[in-house]
Amino acid sequence: MVTIQFIEHDGTEHRVEVEPGGTVMQAAVINAVPGIDADCGGACSCATCHVYVDPEWQERVGAVNPTEDAMLSLSADRKENSRLSCQIPVTEALDGLVVRTPEFQY
Amino acid sequence: MSQDKQQEQSSNWSMVGKDPWTMPLDEIDLSHPGIWHSGEYLPFLERLRRDDPVHYCPRSAVGPYWSVMKYQDIMTVDTSPQIYSSQPTVGIVDTFEEFTLPMFIAMDPPKHDEQRKAVQPVVAPANLQRMEGLIRERVCKILDGLPLHEEFDWVEKVSIELTTQMLATLFDFPFEDRYKLTYWSDVATAIPGGGVVDSQEQRWEAIQECLACFTRLWNERVNSEPGNDLVSMLAHGEATRNMPPMEYLGNVILLIVGGNDTTRNSISGGVLALNENPAEYEKLRANPGLIPNMVSEIIRWQTPLAYMRRTALVDTELAGKQIKAGDKVVMWYASGNRDEEAIDRANEFLIDRPRARQHLSFGFGLHRCMGNRLAEMQLRIVWEEIMQRFEKVEVVGEPQRVYSSFVKGYSKLPVKLRPLA
Repeated sequence: MVTIQFIEHDGTEHRVEVEPGGTVMQAAVINAVPGIDADCGGACSCATCHVYVDPEWQERVGAVNPTEDAMLSLSADRKENSRLSCQIPVTEALDGLVVRTPEFQY
Repeated sequence: MSQDKQQEQSSNWSMVGKDPWTMPLDEIDLSHPGIWHSGEYLPFLERLRRDDPVHYCPRSAVGPYWSVMKYQDIMTVDTSPQIYSSQPTVGIVDTFEEFTLPMFIAMDPPKHDEQRKAVQPVVAPANLQRMEGLIRERVCKILDGLPLHEEFDWVEKVSIELTTQMLATLFDFPFEDRYKLTYWSDVATAIPGGGVVDSQEQRWEAIQECLACFTRLWNERVNSEPGNDLVSMLAHGEATRNMPPMEYLGNVILLIVGGNDTTRNSISGGVLALNENPAEYEKLRANPGLIPNMVSEIIRWQTPLAYMRRTALVDTELAGKQIKAGDKVVMWYASGNRDEEAIDRANEFLIDRPRARQHLSFGFGLHRCMGNRLAEMQLRIVWEEIMQRFEKVEVVGEPQRVYSSFVKGYSKLPVKLRPLA
């Protein structure tokens, strides 16, 4: 099992455990973590599963892909550590991952 | 051929009264407003989903075009801007240069992205939160002014009034002149002869008037401190402050249309859907906490814009069909939102539907509706305040539908209000 910690904009923490194989977005949705809307269901085409990856984890999580980059660039809340969580596969290497959710998804 | 001529010719092509299940596939032409106006469109969409989900219409008043009917195929087209371009237009009718307004909905990257980014902040949730109180105040005032126990037109007195007030707020437009915004919105999407304008020239005159008015506002705002309204954002935004007048107007019209017809028709559509599904109205009365979920379901059910068009940039294949560079490709959101393969019980209106947000009405990809959160907020507030006041908004007559295959909505919805006991 892989543990992922989601921290809401107001500091509320949610720790979830999932099998490797899915995405970080799915880990949030399956466990009803608030703050991840995932309107498109994981197709990298709505940008409503936006998260900020804890700087310590950025390297292991990897870089933004081109489609994701295009979607993220439309968000006024984008930061240097922004990712769409549907584009982050859950692997054993991400056990302990910490991501923060923005105040709004749109 | 002029658009007037196309319109005249197209009257012969209506499918109204025809049997969707037996007519030859290549005669099915969803672009004709007839079946949308008469409310007969659903079985035609179902037929194509079943028998020819990527359908070629070889002859129509607007020329040949492809119809993409299923959820997943629509998703593919919407998320492949490098294959399916939004230029030169997202409407089914080819535009004529002299009557075309440049707007970012009909642009590809990178210009689309630059212009969209400049106006996005006005409808970003943080800005919306600041407006929520004002919106609620205006909703309450409108609802409190409605007659009880007597018939009136919900479209005119609530849906139009509310969305018009909202637009005036977003543009910081002179409040007493706000009805002009609604008129310009109607004109921008009007087909000459459809009831709003009689000719393309008349349409163009109204659009010129709109330009003159917004040029005045621009000049006012550009010389003042940057504000939170859309005109000010465009006048001061780095990517937009030097835009040519017609481009400015194009984007203004885009924002007026985007924020007007769509929300208006979802406000009306929700009333109709709840009346047609009394068990759902019962659920809502028992649990008003369902409102946010219901709002998404209403937007799916209504699908206020029936389609968006793309143009193939290269030869490509979609679901086994060979699409050629230059072909028109129309994504029928109104069909994808009823696709049983993608959405469970897609042909039922269920206000407590799981994953209600997964619908196509806002589109997906780079052109996904910019004002989606504003629309959802308006609808949520309207329903919260309706439930505070009325036992039922009862539909008491046949709705009149708009004569358009693009704007899917109502020109009239007769209702009576029953107040809470």
